[in-house]
Amino acid sequence: MSFQKTITLKVNGVNYTRTVEPRLLLSDFIREDLLLTGTHVGCEHGICGACTITFNGDSIRSCLTLAVQADGAEITTVEGMGSQENMSKIQQKFQEHHALQCGFCTPGMLATCEDMVKKYPLTSEDEIRDGLSGNLCRCTGYQHIVDAVQAVVKEDKRDVS
Amino acid sequence: MKPAIFDYEVATSIEHAVRLLSSSDNSKIIAGGQSLMPIINFRLLEPSLLVDITRLPDLQGIKSTLGGGISIGASTKHHELETSLLIKERFPLISDAMKHVAHLAIRNKGTIGGSLSHADPAAELPLLMLLLDAVLHITGPTGLRKISVKEFLVGALTTILEDNEILTRIDIPSLPKRTNFAFNELSQRAGDLALCAVGVTISMSSGMLGRTKKIKDARIGLMGVNDTAIRISEAENLLIGRSSLDSSIIDQVAQICTSTISPNTDLHASADFRRHLALQMTKKTLTEAWEKAQASKTSENQNKENQSEENL
Ligand SMILES: Cc1cc2nc3c(=O)[nH]c(=O)nc-3n(C[C@H](O)[C@H](O)[C@H](O)COP(=O)(O)OP(=O)(O)OC[C@H]3O[C@@H](n4cnc5c(N)ncnc54)[C@H](O)[C@@H]3O)c2cc1C
Ligand code: FES
Ligand code: FES
Repeated sequence: MSFQKTITLKVNGVNYTRTVEPRLLLSDFIREDLLLTGTHVGCEHGICGACTITFNGDSIRSCLTLAVQADGAEITTVEGMGSQENMSKIQQKFQEHHALQCGFCTPGMLATCEDMVKKYPLTSEDEIRDGLSGNLCRCTGYQHIVDAVQAVVKEDKRDVS
Repeated sequence: MKPAIFDYEVATSIEHAVRLLSSSDNSKIIAGGQSLMPIINFRLLEPSLLVDITRLPDLQGIKSTLGGGISIGASTKHHELETSLLIKERFPLISDAMKHVAHLAIRNKGTIGGSLSHADPAAELPLLMLLLDAVLHITGPTGLRKISVKEFLVGALTTILEDNEILTRIDIPSLPKRTNFAFNELSQRAGDLALCAVGVTISMSSGMLGRTKKIKDARIGLMGVNDTAIRISEAENLLIGRSSLDSSIIDQVAQICTSTISPNTDLHASADFRRHLALQMTKKTLTEAWEKAQASKTSENQNKENQSEENL
């Protein structure tokens, strides 16, 4: 027996209506139904952070969410963050500070960093490192990612004052 | 690692959710999914029906209650608890401790009802609710019942909830006046489940008419070192009525806590190491709470002095 549900949602500004099985993970829906393969899948149990996306304005794990639960949601994946010509601020800082090597963790890191910059003052390096603790990176050793986040925080402060 | 086949329904009212849960032998509530989804992805659990309770308005929000308490809807997310101004004002212990709960992306979805119902022995919310004497509202086919957190937590990952019952609200009564607290947690990485955590509250008497201020209410709770979060009433009783705490009392309290808990050995730490942590962290946390109580006593006196100077 298989069950089917119809969902409507907005991903990177585009409306989609699709019929899916309730057991389909949002991460697989994004990658395999919408063919947006920028969202990566590592562990499928919430540990690695590679599948992190922006869901109604908050960073969430797409592997711990069912596609049916995204009915009515607005989602941004790395494809919707910016373009090569017009990168988002956090993407720019990642590039300037060499905050990626293989790039596997990067889409999830970007979604995490964007949300963390929005929600916390991030006044110390420790606070940034704690904020990154839910995303694993096997390449960079994290230092350059910390540098990129610090650069965004510094610039934001300048923008405010 | 993909879930087995199941059906999914969005509950439109608490009664509807109870009916849906009762309609199948193998149904399960899904709230934030932050504990349930890993289990389902691993196929450690193969439910036939998931009932989504996150869209029920009755289960949302943090409300102020008469007498300085609060009432929290079960589907309130961890990040809302972390940032709520009402909680910061009335129960800063919760605001402080929530940063230890997982990572932001998990806190953006995980709920207080889910954390309590999942009853992980190393989770923060069961300990916090136990410390704060919270009362849990549970609705099932026969209606509503209210119970204490102590009765609710039966063992590791086990509560008294029946398959067709829903935890709907969590009521926290106000703390006594002049309460100070401390909370400490040790985990391998920020956001990991705790190896050990300790929470202490100390409430002082008013010291009116020149009487010495004494400890009127004291609460000590630990988690990560026992089947469930645990309050140590024998240690609490040893503190009540005291006007000062020296290191021998603090040692004695920590010894009592350490001999009451029954920690397990697992991949992350041995039982002995957990017992060591419980001993040291109880001393540290009790000392911090006591120092805060002393400091606020001094600032209260200073306020009084300032006021009398102003009056002159
Ligand atoms: C990487 C990672 C790290 C984590 N670290 C921590 C941590 O450090 N500390 C911590 O405390 N937690 C941690 N968690 C768990 C997290 O806090 C979960 O949010 C929480 O345990 C469950 O809440 P939920 O709303 O996601 O519940 P779900 O996963 O939806 O449900 C959990 C269980 O409770 C039942 N349930 C849910 N709501 C109700 C209700 N209202 N009434 C009756 N039954 C209900 C479900 O049927 C299920 O059995 C972590 C999770 C992950 C993935
Ligand atoms: S794939 Fe989702 S957290 Fe690892
Ligand atoms: S850049 Fe390779 S995993 Fe992070």
